[in-house]
Amino acid sequence: MPQIAQLAETYASQVFWLAIFFGFTFFVIGRHMVPKVMATVELRERQIVDDLAAAEAARKAADAAEATWKVESTRQRGEAHALIAKSKLEAAKHSETRLAAAGKVIDARIAEADARIDAARSSALAELEAVASEAAGDIVTRVAGITVDAGAARAAVKEALHG
Amino acid sequence: MAEAGNVDPMHQFTIEPILGTDHWQLLGHSIAFTNSALWMAISVFALWIFVFGGMKHQLVPGRWQMAVESMTGFVDNLLAANVGPAGRKYVPYIFSLFMFILFCNVLGLLPLGLFGARAQPFTVTSHFTVTGVLAILSFSIVLIVGFAKHGFHFFSLFVPHGTPIWLLWLIPVVELISFLVRPFSLALRLFVAMMAGHVLLEVLSSFVITSTSSGFLWGTVVGIPSFLLMIAICALEILVAGIQAYVFALLTSLYLNDAENLH
Repeated sequence: MPQIAQLAETYASQVFWLAIFFGFTFFVIGRHMVPKVMATVELRERQIVDDLAAAEAARKAADAAEATWKVESTRQRGEAHALIAKSKLEAAKHSETRLAAAGKVIDARIAEADARIDAARSSALAELEAVASEAAGDIVTRVAGITVDAGAARAAVKEALHG
Repeated sequence: MAEAGNVDPMHQFTIEPILGTDHWQLLGHSIAFTNSALWMAISVFALWIFVFGGMKHQLVPGRWQMAVESMTGFVDNLLAANVGPAGRKYVPYIFSLFMFILFCNVLGLLPLGLFGARAQPFTVTSHFTVTGVLAILSFSIVLIVGFAKHGFHFFSLFVPHGTPIWLLWLIPVVELISFLVRPFSLALRLFVAMMAGHVLLEVLSSFVITSTSSGFLWGTVVGIPSFLLMIAICALEILVAGIQAYVFALLTSLYLNDAENLH
């Protein structure tokens, strides 16, 4: 077993070179290089945490903006509805007044026209009476050979016309 | 190798000097650059390349950076789970320990002979001198941290919670023994696991070689099953290489937990 057989002659050399090479491993690699590697890992982890926090904050901001937007839009919609209702009411009132005015004008014109129609009818009737009484006087003269007084003929026609 | 046709499975653990056998000395001890030192150097260089490739500081990591970060993250999680927030400062040490052992274990398994290389890989961690130094290092850190942080109160480690009064004469002794055994178990576990695996592979390969060269019949009856078993054990050894490195790092972090938090 060389480990024991060579112990006396080689232990010093092994210990010496182990001290050199393990010392190099510890001081150069372990103490100097490993912390840098771990710092990179830590930096990355911190960056990830920061990014996640930023994303979370952005999400919260978006949520808040949406909530304000909702409130704002509800308010604006309400305002718009009120405005529409008000203008509808105004328009209705306006058209009512205009309709009323137009109705008055139309009523007046109807009344005037009615009056004109009545006048025309009564004058026509009067003319009809005159013509009828004349015709009745003529008919009587021709049929009976008697002359009828114009007043009597008119009275008879009046009676016949109006029952 | 020993005599022809007789493979010595322990030969792979022989330390062979490469440089400075004659005059490289420190305080009267030979510090020749051996194959062991060479494979430590190769492992550390490979580890340095590996970690250096992961230092690109990219926000979105590439594959290599991801691999390095997963290793540091693994050690970080190990310490966070076993020691808690106080374990963070041990990440450099545990990472060095884990990766150094892992690279030595895995590189020791390289089948360099397949590619025509004359030198076979040397498994640094198959020598208890090396694993012992690492274990003593871990144990010393535990002792230093424990006494620096808790002073003599650290001895209360030997009296676990809920110890009945009438067992107070026995439990601390048992606990003290188990505490003192820690560096040995730490060192021997790694060394034995590495050595046993390599010996097994070597023995099986010698079965394959000798049975095949002694004829068709033995080559079929012994050689092929040995070869199949060898493939399976190669896979197992790769697993063991990782697991032993992990166990070493895990136990060190558990011992550090004792020192940091003192149950």
